[in-house]
Amino acid sequence: MSLLTLDGVSKSFGGLKALGETTLEIPEHEFFGIIGPNGAGKTTLFSVLAGQLAPSSGQMMFDGVDITGWSADKTAAQGLVRTFQLMRPFESMTVLENVTIASHNKYRSPHKAREHAAAVVERVGLDSYMYAMSGTLPTAGLKRLELARALALEPRMILLDEVLAGLVPTERAPIIDLLRSIHAEGVTVMFVEHIMAAVMALSERLLVMHEGRELALGLPEEVIANQQVIDAYLGEDYS
Amino acid sequence: MAITEAPAAPAADKRNPLTAGGTRITLIIGGIAVVGLALVYLLGDREPALITQYLVSGLLLGGVYALVSLGLTLIFGVLGIVNFAQGAMLTLSMYLVYVLQSSLGLNLYVAVVLTIPLLFGFGWLVQSMLLNRLTEDASHDRPLLVTLGLSLLIVNVLLMIFGGRPKSVDAPVSGSIEILGALADTQRIIAFGGAVLVAAALTLVLRKTSMGLAIRAVAANGTGASLVGVNVRRVYAMTFGLGAASVAVAGGLITPFTTLVPTAGEQFTTLAFVIVVLGGLGSIPGALVGGLFIGVLQTVGSLYLPGSGSLILVFGIFVLILFLRPQGLFGAKQ
Repeated sequence: MSLLTLDGVSKSFGGLKALGETTLEIPEHEFFGIIGPNGAGKTTLFSVLAGQLAPSSGQMMFDGVDITGWSADKTAAQGLVRTFQLMRPFESMTVLENVTIASHNKYRSPHKAREHAAAVVERVGLDSYMYAMSGTLPTAGLKRLELARALALEPRMILLDEVLAGLVPTERAPIIDLLRSIHAEGVTVMFVEHIMAAVMALSERLLVMHEGRELALGLPEEVIANQQVIDAYLGEDYS
Repeated sequence: MAITEAPAAPAADKRNPLTAGGTRITLIIGGIAVVGLALVYLLGDREPALITQYLVSGLLLGGVYALVSLGLTLIFGVLGIVNFAQGAMLTLSMYLVYVLQSSLGLNLYVAVVLTIPLLFGFGWLVQSMLLNRLTEDASHDRPLLVTLGLSLLIVNVLLMIFGGRPKSVDAPVSGSIEILGALADTQRIIAFGGAVLVAAALTLVLRKTSMGLAIRAVAANGTGASLVGVNVRRVYAMTFGLGAASVAVAGGLITPFTTLVPTAGEQFTTLAFVIVVLGGLGSIPGALVGGLFIGVLQTVGSLYLPGSGSLILVFGIFVLILFLRPQGLFGAKQ
């Protein structure tokens, strides 16, 4: 059964169609990759899914519920959570407080919420930064914090926007391992990424977007062999 | 473990702007205050007893100023709204106390306690029905104009109902007590205590409760907060309600020694803005310290500058401080 269904979802800004009518089904527990050149509509798709932008048309079903036009906080509480490419921590708060805000959605008692948040902070490997101001974290730490805030909501599905961007290769491997283990726990993952090695290693299915539309969709190996994809995004050298 | 950099010491700018104290700036302000007062005592060419009397009066007046400014700074710190209706809401709470006392015969301080939830509800409604749509557009001028209009509306509705003739309320306590040889009005001491209490309560709510955590998160980053499931509109309404509730405490406690006319709150509006900017926009300790500072400056200044001349001193020093520290005393650097 599919966890997320998009039926003709589009988003226009004035005359510009940032996201053309998109129809998509994501089954439960899939690791779904999205690639595409800048301006292809990847982030717009995420914003629409996460409830930050209302779609111009179409319908979105998540876990059997129609979430079209829901606000971001309601969508997040329902279990569909996004992270940002440019991290948005609450800088003036500690790492633990940042995560506690998210875990309050699941635990009403402040004590329980803190306990749960602390466990999530440890889970993403930030235990040594538990009480550090989040504004002082290095980039890799901020990426982990973004993941922690998302995980504290106990999501059914997370949308990861370039979680590996800005990291040096040695920093990527542990984050990729972390993503794998999150997925192994039963969370459905949809991710946008430019680092092809990670895309190929992680994706079960791969969507290529170009100018707001689907250019190709299928198994990663098939998709990257597609001539249109090579022309639009990968370039001749890749094949 | 991928993270190898050691965590830097939390930078001063990254601390929480709503409740942060800042030891260094507190010491500097305290030092300047002590030196300034010492100069007045030694070289001021006035009776020491007289100076003490003015100092005590000034501190008590400053407490009232701080009380009015606390709600303003909270609303600005979280919502970014410059609330021009703060003075009118102050007057509204004073008239509510007057009505509760004159029609139900309630004790003044019981009436004040009853006014707090009423103003909280009023603030909640104003934010959720009038301002929320405008706040989310991240524009500053539109909510500002709405609050200005709201202020005119409140003042004129009060004028319509109660007329322009001054009213007064009965205080259950009166008289004065002696502090360091200076006489201090009991009602003003109670108002001063109210200011400290409200500041402490707001700080506690922001630091310790889950709602406070959500308020601080929204103040730091509204988009980020909504993405982790915080209902930003509800937090906005809650914040405006808290700001209005703290103004209810202010209005109630100053009613006994204020002439109650529909424009009574307006004299506080300008000074409250000065105090909030001086203390650092959105800083609760800043509003408290700024209020006391302005109160003392205005009162002790009036020893030397007659009439409203002491206000020239207040605004002069205000400009000087902003010149040296544009973010305000406790403000975080932008």
